[in-house]
Amino acid sequence: MNESDTLGASLVRSGVSRRSFLKFCTAMASLMALPPGAAYAMADALSRAQRQSVIWLSFQECTGCVESLTRSFDPTLEQMIFEMISLDYQETLQAASGEAAELARVEAMKSSYGKYLLIVDGSIPTKDGGVYSTVAGVSNYDRLIEMAKGAAAIVAVGTCSSYGGIPHANPNPTGAVSVSDIIKDKPVMNVPGCPPIPSVIAGTLAYFVTYGKLPELDHIGRPKVFYADTIHDRCYRRPFYDQGKFAKTFDDEGARNGWCLYELGCKGPTTYNACATIKWNGGVSYPIESGHGCLGCSEPNFWDNGSFYRPLSTPLASNTHIIAAGTLGGIAAGVVAAGLSRKHQTHIGEEK
Amino acid sequence: MSTPTNRVIVDPITRIEGHLRIEAETDADGRIIRASSAGTMVRGIELILRGRDPRDAWAFTQRICGVCTLVHGIASVRAVEDALKYDIPANAQLIRNLMIGAQFVHDHVMHFYHLHALDWVDVVSALKADPKATSALAQSISGYAKSSPGYFSDVQKKLKGFVEGGQLGIFANGYWGNPGYKLPPEANLMAVAHYFDALAWQRNVAQLHAIFGGKNPHPNFVVGGVPCAISIHPEGQGASSGTTSLNVEGLQKVQDIIHQMRDFVDQVYVPDTLAIAGFYKDWFKLGEGIGNFMSYGDFPEKGMSDASSFLIPSGVILNRDLSIIHPVDLNAEDQIQEYVAHSWYDYSVGKNKGLHPYVGETNLDYTGPKPPYAQLDVEQSYSWIKSPRWKGHAVEVGPLARVLILYARGHEQTRELVGMTLKKLDLPVTALYSTLGRTAARTLESKIIADAMQTWYDNLIANIKAGDVKTFNEKLWEPSSWPSTAKGVGYTEAPRGALAHWIIIKDGKIDNYQAVVPSTWNAGPRDEEGQEGPYEAALKGTQLHDPKQPLEILRTIHSFDPCIACAVHVTDPEGEELIKVKIR
Repeated sequence: MNESDTLGASLVRSGVSRRSFLKFCTAMASLMALPPGAAYAMADALSRAQRQSVIWLSFQECTGCVESLTRSFDPTLEQMIFEMISLDYQETLQAASGEAAELARVEAMKSSYGKYLLIVDGSIPTKDGGVYSTVAGVSNYDRLIEMAKGAAAIVAVGTCSSYGGIPHANPNPTGAVSVSDIIKDKPVMNVPGCPPIPSVIAGTLAYFVTYGKLPELDHIGRPKVFYADTIHDRCYRRPFYDQGKFAKTFDDEGARNGWCLYELGCKGPTTYNACATIKWNGGVSYPIESGHGCLGCSEPNFWDNGSFYRPLSTPLASNTHIIAAGTLGGIAAGVVAAGLSRKHQTHIGEEK
Repeated sequence: MSTPTNRVIVDPITRIEGHLRIEAETDADGRIIRASSAGTMVRGIELILRGRDPRDAWAFTQRICGVCTLVHGIASVRAVEDALKYDIPANAQLIRNLMIGAQFVHDHVMHFYHLHALDWVDVVSALKADPKATSALAQSISGYAKSSPGYFSDVQKKLKGFVEGGQLGIFANGYWGNPGYKLPPEANLMAVAHYFDALAWQRNVAQLHAIFGGKNPHPNFVVGGVPCAISIHPEGQGASSGTTSLNVEGLQKVQDIIHQMRDFVDQVYVPDTLAIAGFYKDWFKLGEGIGNFMSYGDFPEKGMSDASSFLIPSGVILNRDLSIIHPVDLNAEDQIQEYVAHSWYDYSVGKNKGLHPYVGETNLDYTGPKPPYAQLDVEQSYSWIKSPRWKGHAVEVGPLARVLILYARGHEQTRELVGMTLKKLDLPVTALYSTLGRTAARTLESKIIADAMQTWYDNLIANIKAGDVKTFNEKLWEPSSWPSTAKGVGYTEAPRGALAHWIIIKDGKIDNYQAVVPSTWNAGPRDEEGQEGPYEAALKGTQLHDPKQPLEILRTIHSFDPCIACAVHVTDPEGEELIKVKIR
């Protein structure tokens, strides 16, 4: 590997203009709601260094998390893995198999020891010596311990690696646990969701690449910028909730008119995630907009919280900041606009 | 047990879904004499389902797999509907067809370009290509617009910068330069360009799921119909009305996506498959496998109860005999059975017996080596995957099975497409029974399904215009309206093949749940009679050029498009001792 080479030089060689590079950084900075100027800091960080080495380990998972990342629009997966990071081990995408793949992992670990970012999707089975999931004959537990040692930080992508997820659901047949249940001596960030929103994964990666550390986390390890509000607080159907207009079934007049799905079991009021603001698949929709209540898939133990169709029984806190129905479009626009803080995004939304 | 010197172990098999290990025993010349396929991860999702609300089951089972996302959701809602005799509205049927169809085409294209292509395409060789000659090649096989010398020159420049930067990322340690790669540099460059184009294309196609199901991966479903109400009111909307994603704009977007799907399949995927296959014609003689094929059928025009209206018919072909299509009955206890003779499970009736999914039981019973281990004892149990059999036969499921059944039944478009492919490549029909036959079948069925998408869409629009916006049947929604016990089977053709879920409902709760999935049929280990699974049979006889670079193993295994998280399951209807572990 050419140690003196930088991403900036590499991009110039690849025909990526400074302008399009800055545009990319701006989109990323905006996504993370970073202050004005952050795009330049990011461009600077990316131009100086080699691309950040990322080693991605897959344990008890369904590959939905990496599939989600491939659906990212801004930035695209191509931009991420060819311009922002060096994805040195990722079983779903990498060319090499078997020994050659293992060698790639070990080489990346050695050459970036203490510096690489470790991403984990899937839970880790701990029962019976970890026999319920192995890769190359090694238990997930042993592999995690081995790879965590040289990592600068660990990102648990998806609800399974963040909180145990579906393998951990009652009766948890394989003793599945989360990354943070095992790793106590490294910074661990949880990016929950089943799967997580791709921009949320990308945004947190961009932050690490720029600042060399994890963003500010909440009490259960989530990046605050994406998980501070409930889906209910930001939902475009919120005004109908406040008016007491509820869909009673999946295709009554209320359902067709986009009324609140609370009575059909929506878990939006107790779910902290950015689905209602960033939305899914390039902003075309999110579960509630497509008529199904929120499953609460980014919350710990959401699989064991009773039927998805049973209305929440707990009374809701009174609304402190009603947001107009048009907010959604405004925030979606804000994602691609340059250098907007979260406050500004909300403001634009309210103007619409 | 064979000596370690002639055992080639590939673990992890990458560019698949899940955790798959292949142990191949070779003779002195490097030819595979026996291969063993091992799934090395289990979660126990079916165990987790017991006692839960059957209407929730789709969300759990969908998490079996995030690649063929939705197929387990579909099989699950159909299982509950079958058990309860629960009809769904015509629009819901059409929307499900559109969603399954989009999954097929999306999944197949991504498989070809992002999982399978690097078995045939040498990325480094693309650096030597002449962009002008690449452009001429591309224009000679397709009218696809992105084919100028400048376009290929840009892609090459991007690739060059990436390679010269020294950080190869996902391309690190690939088998570049292996003599098994036969494409000229220009074909390699064209394929690399389309690797990137397909990444961009698939993002747009996944939006179809987001419109109908709120997100992709893991779109939402509902027992009794589809969750997304149609926000188009024949009588006009009130001023204070909101909307769903399924409004005029959303439906227009679905139409745009169908156009994009068909264009990409016609202009890129089909021509690329034929062009690349033309350089690897020897792979139409290798990797056959079992020679038995099965499909459950899917894409109903008139509901699941009328199998004659399915676009893809059901049936079994034995020993390549296309003159007889055997009928499949998923409820018959003597037809579909699962065996565990070489799997890490135990049966109360004895490890060598087969059990139908309704009475299926599975106790985790790990008897393999204690990790970390160097090799498995393939004389004993060696996989978390079971061995399903149809009337005792191992059968292959997936695109090749479907195309053969369509072909055997005289489906006109299939006959034309297969005929065109064989003519272009100058190959006999028997060439389909091979590694590249499987890959080509996947491409051809993508065209059949992408074309059918337009018909389903047109029918949906016609219904809406006629005032029918019904998408959900509320009749049996409340569990209080259900019988105290009910059982049913829900099936679908997933991209990787025949998939079915069996459910037993008691007092409104799941009493037993069992899924037998495509990659269980294909990736399962030997049964009690020593009969190999399709992966194992397909690898037998394969000549390895260099055991350190097992490109040949990857080509054949990838031609099945493995999905290993899907393949592994756990059930225990008795709820007794569920897990036993004996470490050897």
